[in-house]
This record gives sequence, structure tokens and C-alpha cells, in this order.
Amino acid sequence: MEKSRPLWDNPVQFVFACISYAVGLGNVWRFPYLCQMYGGGGFLIPYFIMLIVEGMPLLYMELAVGQRMRQGSIGAWKIISPYLCGVGVASVVVSFFLSMYYNVINAWAFWYLFHSFQDPLPWATCPLNSNRTGYEEECEKTSSTQYFWYRQTLNISPSLEVSGAVQWEQALCLTLAWLVVYLCILRGTESTGKVVYVTASLPYCVLIIYLIRGLTLHGAVNGLIYMFTPKLEQLSNPKTWISAATQIFFSLGLGFGSLIAFASYNEPSNNCERHAIIVSLINSATSIFASIVTFSIYGFKATFNYESCINKVILLLLNAFDLEEGSLTADNLNEMKDYLMATHPQEYAQLLPQLKNCSLEAELDTAVQGTGLAFIVYSEAIKNMEVSQLYSVLYFVMLLMLGIGSMLGNTAAILTPLTDSKVIATRFPKEVISGVVCFINCIIGLIFTMEAGNYWFDIFNDYAATLSLLLIVLVETIAVCYIYGLRRFEKDLHTMIGRKLNWYWKVMWAFASPLLIISLFIFYLTDYILTGTLQYQAWDGTQVKQLFIYLFILIPSRIQPSFLKCPLKAAGIDAYVRAEPSH
Amino acid sequence: MLQVLLLTFSVVTVAHAELCKPDAQNAFKVRLSIKTALGDNAYAWDANEEYLFKAMVAFTMRRYSTKTTTQISNVLLCNVTDRVSFWFVVTDSSKNTTTVPGSEVEAAIRMNRNRINNAFLLSDKTLQFLKISSTLAPPVEPSTPVWLIVFGVVLCLIVAAIVFLVVAGIQQRKKKNKESTERENLEEKGEVTITIENGIPCETLDLKAGHINGVFSADDERFTSL
Repeated sequence: MEKSRPLWDNPVQFVFACISYAVGLGNVWRFPYLCQMYGGGGFLIPYFIMLIVEGMPLLYMELAVGQRMRQGSIGAWKIISPYLCGVGVASVVVSFFLSMYYNVINAWAFWYLFHSFQDPLPWATCPLNSNRTGYEEECEKTSSTQYFWYRQTLNISPSLEVSGAVQWEQALCLTLAWLVVYLCILRGTESTGKVVYVTASLPYCVLIIYLIRGLTLHGAVNGLIYMFTPKLEQLSNPKTWISAATQIFFSLGLGFGSLIAFASYNEPSNNCERHAIIVSLINSATSIFASIVTFSIYGFKATFNYESCINKVILLLLNAFDLEEGSLTADNLNEMKDYLMATHPQEYAQLLPQLKNCSLEAELDTAVQGTGLAFIVYSEAIKNMEVSQLYSVLYFVMLLMLGIGSMLGNTAAILTPLTDSKVIATRFPKEVISGVVCFINCIIGLIFTMEAGNYWFDIFNDYAATLSLLLIVLVETIAVCYIYGLRRFEKDLHTMIGRKLNWYWKVMWAFASPLLIISLFIFYLTDYILTGTLQYQAWDGTQVKQLFIYLFILIPSRIQPSFLKCPLKAAGIDAYVRAEPSH
Repeated sequence: MLQVLLLTFSVVTVAHAELCKPDAQNAFKVRLSIKTALGDNAYAWDANEEYLFKAMVAFTMRRYSTKTTTQISNVLLCNVTDRVSFWFVVTDSSKNTTTVPGSEVEAAIRMNRNRINNAFLLSDKTLQFLKISSTLAPPVEPSTPVWLIVFGVVLCLIVAAIVFLVVAGIQQRKKKNKESTERENLEEKGEVTITIENGIPCETLDLKAGHINGVFSADDERFTSL
């Protein structure tokens, strides 16, 4: 007798799994950056438009396909058309690439988490140099948090060519990260379903704590004002709209096959339309929520740095002119500077190169995204808070939950097709397949723990999945609308959900979303072609500024979904599927 | 008599002025940031504090080398500013006209920096001897790095959970296999549960009283295939 497909215990587990997958690190470290770059509050307009035009329809389509076909990505697309199992394979390969490098972030989060149990925090002060007369040179030139990230965590090499050795500490953390992922996916939906309760809800608790803490920090309001003042002229910049579309697209995790995998474990009568709307709205709301928190932290950090800068200038002037303490304050600084310039012109001129012009705007303008935001900016803000260990632990636990939630989706995308295929599933139990996949990923992931690992990470992060995903989702949409047939799909959905498909979804699937994806695709292609060589940022330990190094590499892994001719067995499955709705 | 006194006094002052002036040989500049360190509890810098400073330096020189018998009068202060900063020199106790070499003073102060700081309720940063760099205290490092301990704990928990789940899964599968093999064995032996219809075993119906209705036995399989 055929084993029945494992199911989620209740629809809540499914929704939580989707939220846990979609709400990931991108919401925390990419959206605030985009908001800042493309017009602050005004960015929300293109963001919501893209959500409605692109995000919700595509999400609904993927969930519907998964729920209808009740198979992982390879099986589902094989059912839609035997020529299209290449799309499924492409999804699995892209998911494989993603899981290879994504878990390194969890390893880094573990590293920081374990180091948060010290007083003072290790990134709060610079280490001393060898003769204990001052601080390490590299640390002096940048800051203690940057030093901790680039030197003590990554031990980064000056360029990609110098690979360096595998950092054993990072390798240990990576192994632990993979063990945690293995633990969560060990039993399939049985274990994943319980874990997603935690990974979906805990980040919100921490975000609320940070929201309250962030809003009460000194200077947080500066950051919030800066973020939310809309710069509506950015709306005329095409890059704004493209970034909004891209962010929605990648934030929801479309095209990886994870959503199809999750939906395949649903009851056939599950209302995936409602769930699609809920998940996409929660994802966007979380992005905005996280950016409020991020900007209050930015504001705090910028104000802190600005005030430190002013204090340094005051101290310099006091020492140089032997003035009484307290005579120079932040308020009378400018007048006093003019006065001193008038009374002691020579000494003032000598001092001038060291007197930095402190500006709050300049501090706020430093827009950071990615690992720089998560690991440098936040840890810098945390070290200046009271009870910094507690906030540090909370923050890195939140990062871990977000990262592991996304990893669960990625591994589900790889494992579901494997466990669906009869060839593999009958020979090996689920635990062995999951174990082998985790093990292979862990071994390959050791590349990212080498000294040049962060460069590889950046390259993978920026280039590995972008074009492939756009192509995959484009083919998916065309397949469902034109190859499978929109009317047939509509009938299937009516059977599943019991409601007629709204005209809105049909218009979006058939016209709006494919057009949007094609334009995104063309934009990215032209961007690559025009830029010519691809580049990455390197950390030069000797000069300690980030150098742009032009790098001639081929774009790794642009998978063309191969239109494979799958074996004729698929025709039999086709007939079976057609017969099913008559039950 | 008075003139002689005046003369010696002026000579001594001039000599002192020669010895202690900014950038003089073996002179050091000191800078205090009392308000930054103590805030509202800051004390004012006056002649008494200067006296204390001279006493501390004399004490430092005595502690440094037992040979010297530095007196408070051997320590000369000059150019006191509002910042609170000033220069000082230590004159040789035996001959009032020469100064103790800077290296000795530096070494002495470095040795007793902590005592001097504490006398003034200040720290290395707020009581600065400008040419004398302070040795920074190394951070306290435990024998095993803390992160390894936490890592070890978490690793053990995760591995224990994995082992538990895997073993439970294996046991479950073994039980299921045993059940299915038992069922297969029963079927092989022929001890199948007798199918009963309306209280009458089906075999009897087939053989004796029952008629097989052709409509319902149209397909060979009466039961859904496994």
C-alpha cells in the first residue's frame, strides 16, 4: 500500500513555515538599505505596488501548484508538462547553491552569540599591541567592531587569490549550524512543523523588544526622521522601481521550489489563496517593522558617533590652547573656533588638519547593507547600550532564527524532490537522505570558512541566484498560464478551494507578472553586459580601506532550465492527474 | 643682611626659573582633566593640590631608588594653566642646580603611576604625563575561551537530540517492519481473518447459498489494489 504523504498537523504550521522561510535576513539587512537609498518613506509606494502586482500573484501561483500537484518541484513541473522537469531541476540546483553559502551566516551568528557571554563584549575594545603601549594598529585605524569582524571572525585575506587556510573556529560553527538544520529536518514535516513555531515567532518577540529599546535610545529619533522623510524625486529614478521589484521577488523566495515543497504537504482543500495573501502581507510588514528598528539603531549610533566626534574636537582645542575645562561645549564650539582662529592664527592653522568637521548628516548617510549592517553596525550600537550582553544575545538569537527558518525552506526544496522520487526513497530512509545532503553542503561550505571565504560569499550572494531565479519564475508563469492552461488551472483551484478564481489573479498571471519579470531580466542582463567585469570589495589589512578589485570571473551557475525530455512514464502520470478531479 | 637675602632669593628663583620652563631639559608636562573625571565632585586646583603633587613625585623618586633623598622642595612646578596643565622638573637633592635625568623620572613615575593616580582620584587618561606612555592593563583572559564552553554545551545538546530522534526513528521502523512481517506470516500460513458478511462467512455464501451478481463483479478486482 502506498505510504500516504506526510502532512502539516494544522494549517497554522504551514503558514508559519512559509513566514519563517520568507521572513529572513533580507528583511532585516536589505530593505532598510533600499529604503534609505531610494527615497525613505517614498520607497514604500513602489514597494507596495510591486507587492500587489508581482509578489502576491506569484506566491499564490507557487503555493497553488504545490498544493495541487502534491509533489516537490521536479515532480510538480513534470506533471504540468513532461518537457518541463528541467525547471524543477533548475530550482533544486539553485536551492543547493543557496544552502551551500547561506548557512555560513548562521555560523557567523553562532560565533557572535557565543562571544556575547563575555564582559566586556569582545568587540567593544581594541586588543593591545605587543608591547602593551597602545592598541593594535589595524584596530586603531578602523574601529573595534570592524576589527572584530574582519580580523577575529573572518581573518580575511587581502584578496580573493590568497585563499588562506580554513579557520577552524568558523568551521566548527558551520558544522554546528548544519547539525542544527539536520535536527530540524530530520523527520520531515513532523519535526519541521514543530520547529517553525519557534523560528517564526521568536524573531518578532525580539524585534518588539528592540523596537522599545531602540525608540528609547538617545538619538533614535534622528534616524527615524531621516528615514521617513520621503524624497519623492527618487520615484522618477527607474532604479527605485527595479529595486522594489527585485526586493519583493527575492524576499518572498520565489523560484527556489521551497514554497512548492511546503504546499505539497498541505491538505488538498487548504485555502492557499488566503494564506498567500497573509504570508506576503506579513513579509512586507516585517520588512517595514525591521527597518523602523534598524533606523532607530542607526540614529542612536550616528548621534553617538557625532557626539564623540564633537568631544574629540573639543578636547583637541582644550589641550592645544590650555583652556579651562568646560569652557568649550557643543553649543559654543563654532563661536569659540572663530575666536581662537582670530586670536591665535598660527597655532590654529597648525591644528586645522586634525579638526574634523563633525556632521550628523554624514554619519546617517553611511548606508550599509548585508553582513556589514548585521554584524558591524548593530554590534557597534549594542556595545554602547547598558546590559549589552543581554541585547547581544537576543539579537544574535533572532538572526539565528531568521537564518534557520530560511534554511529549512531551502533544504525542503532539495529534499522533497529526493524523497518523492521512488528510486531514492525506497532504498534509503529519510534520515539518511537528509544526512547526506547536509553533509555534502557542510563540506562544500568549508570554502566559505577560509580566509578568502567572505569574498566567495559576496560573489555567491550577489550573482549565484539572481538571473537564474528570474528565468525560472518566468518559465513557471508561462508554463502554468499557457502550457498547462489557465482555464484548467482555474478549474483545479476551484476544486481545491471551492471558490471561483478572481479576475485579478488571472490578469496578473497572464500578463502583468511575466512582463515585469521579462523587464527585470532584460535590465539585469544589460547591467551585467554594460558593467563588463564583475567586481568585489576587498579588505586591505595594511591600508585598511576597502579596495575595489576588478575581477574577471564568469558568472557562476547560470542554469538554463533544460527542456529535458523526461521518460514516457510522465504520460501515465498525466492521465492519472486528469482522472483525479472526478472523485 | 637683607640685601644678601634678597640676592640669594633672586638667584635661587632665577635658577629655578631656568630649570623649570616649558620644553626644558628633563622637564615633563602634566595635564589633568578633573572635571571630566569627577563631574560634580571635581575639586579646584590650588596651591594645596600642587603641594600634594610635589609630595607624590618626591615619594615616587624615593621609592624608585633608595639612594635618592628627594625633598618636596626639589620638585619644581611652573606654567600652571587653567586647563590644568603644568611643567615640572625634579632637581638633584645633593646639588640644587642640576635636574635628575628624564629617564629616571620617567621610570620612577611609570613604576608608581597607580599610586599617583589614586592620590588625585584620577586615571591614566585624566592625569596625563605627556611624554610618558602608560602601560595598558591587559584584558583578563580566562584559561579556556568562554565561547568554546558555550559552543560545547550547545553542541552536546544538539547531538544528543539528533541521536535520540534517529534511534527513535530506527526503533519505530523496526516495530513497523515486525508488524508487517507478522501479518505477512499470518497470510502465508493461511490464517486470514475470515471475511464476514451479515454474520455469514463469505466462503459459505460463495459455495452454497449465494449467487454472484454479475453487475458488481464486472472487474476482476473486488478489492482496491494495494
